[in-house]
Amino acid sequence: MSFLHNYIYYFGAFGLIFIGLYIILVKRNLIKIIIGLSILETGVNLFLVSIGYISSGTAPIFSRPEVEAARMVDPVPQALVLTAIVIGVAVLALALSLTIRVYRHFGTLNLRKIKEQRW
Amino acid sequence: MIWLATVLICLMLVAAITAAIFKDLLSAVIASCLVSLIAAILFYLLQAPDVAMAEAAIGAALVTAIFVIAIIRTRRYEE
Amino acid sequence: MRKIIGLILLIIIAVGLGLALVRIPFGTSKSRLGEYYIREGRKETGATNIVTSVVANYRGFDTLGEVTILFTAALGVGAVLSIGRKRKNNIKHQPASLILRTGCRFLFPLILLVGAYIFIHGHLTPGGGFQGGAVVASAFLLIYLGCREIRISEKGTKAVESLAGLVFVAVGLVGLAVSGYFLFNFLPKGISGRLFSAGVIPVIYIAIGFKVGSELAGIIDALVEETE
Repeated sequence: MSFLHNYIYYFGAFGLIFIGLYIILVKRNLIKIIIGLSILETGVNLFLVSIGYISSGTAPIFSRPEVEAARMVDPVPQALVLTAIVIGVAVLALALSLTIRVYRHFGTLNLRKIKEQRW
Repeated sequence: MIWLATVLICLMLVAAITAAIFKDLLSAVIASCLVSLIAAILFYLLQAPDVAMAEAAIGAALVTAIFVIAIIRTRRYEE
Repeated sequence: MRKIIGLILLIIIAVGLGLALVRIPFGTSKSRLGEYYIREGRKETGATNIVTSVVANYRGFDTLGEVTILFTAALGVGAVLSIGRKRKNNIKHQPASLILRTGCRFLFPLILLVGAYIFIHGHLTPGGGFQGGAVVASAFLLIYLGCREIRISEKGTKAVESLAGLVFVAVGLVGLAVSGYFLFNFLPKGISGRLFSAGVIPVIYIAIGFKVGSELAGIIDALVEETE
């Protein structure tokens, strides 16, 4: 039970990374692969934030002057993840615009049929 | 509080498996929106309110809208 | 065949990751850099939100790089999707019902106000430029979904986005001119807890809020428009 206490967040992040990688490696529709990329990025961000957690800590904001600084969680992984979320949405927007162009050119979104057609 | 986190993580993994299995791409996108929303709640439980706000605004609203617009332009069902 | 190779690769990666994850301790000790930022952050920058002072002051150069990536992605979306013939003028959209149109028009300035509040008070409460910008872009998305005949002017979003990016770089260059470090915090720090405090951080975050909001609205506009 204490094993569950300590590692449940890691288990959740690991499960999301596993499912995201499975979709990217096995599925053949382009939009499904991009959905898998989005799930993979959410899993990695969850893992990064859960590394910086201190047991029974508080958020790193001095909202009232008497909040003690020794019990705050680590602020550095949160700054990294903030950047990573915005970069993730930029990559997804560009990938989906390229998918729309591919559909207009080939007429299909199945990777096997696109490989057979070959321009 | 750890039981709330356990229930939410199990729900998130079920939603991710649902997004992998469905052939209707619109349902898969709604399932991935649910994964983002539960991840935003988990970020709040890990004492990170900035990250929770960013994930809820960007991951749950804008990414889903961009996916739905892309599905309108291409096909809805996976072959 | 591809499926079997994919599954074998996945099992190898899963076993490796699983063995590595068990050895990482959970919830025990902070890094020394984190402790330094929490101890000295309020004195050195004047902001009470430590994550904001890390993003906009201590690691401000990384934020400039990220703003550049977002700009490149918006540029790429605009360039890729506008190849082709010009769009047919004004396909007749069926207008939405009266309740939907009135509700969307009523909510639009309120959502803009909430987004502006979030990025103006980024150094005092949780929030900041990226979150506020995303809320502003959601307000424009609401206009696209509710009142379908109104279109955002493309030149307006491009102008606001470019000006906000220039303000960010100009603030960094003024810091370089004043004291020899790019993005140096040269405005007075003030009393921490007030709105006009923390030096240059509110200026940077207001510029980022405008830039991200207009950029994401421009991406949605490029995806929705017809080029056939």
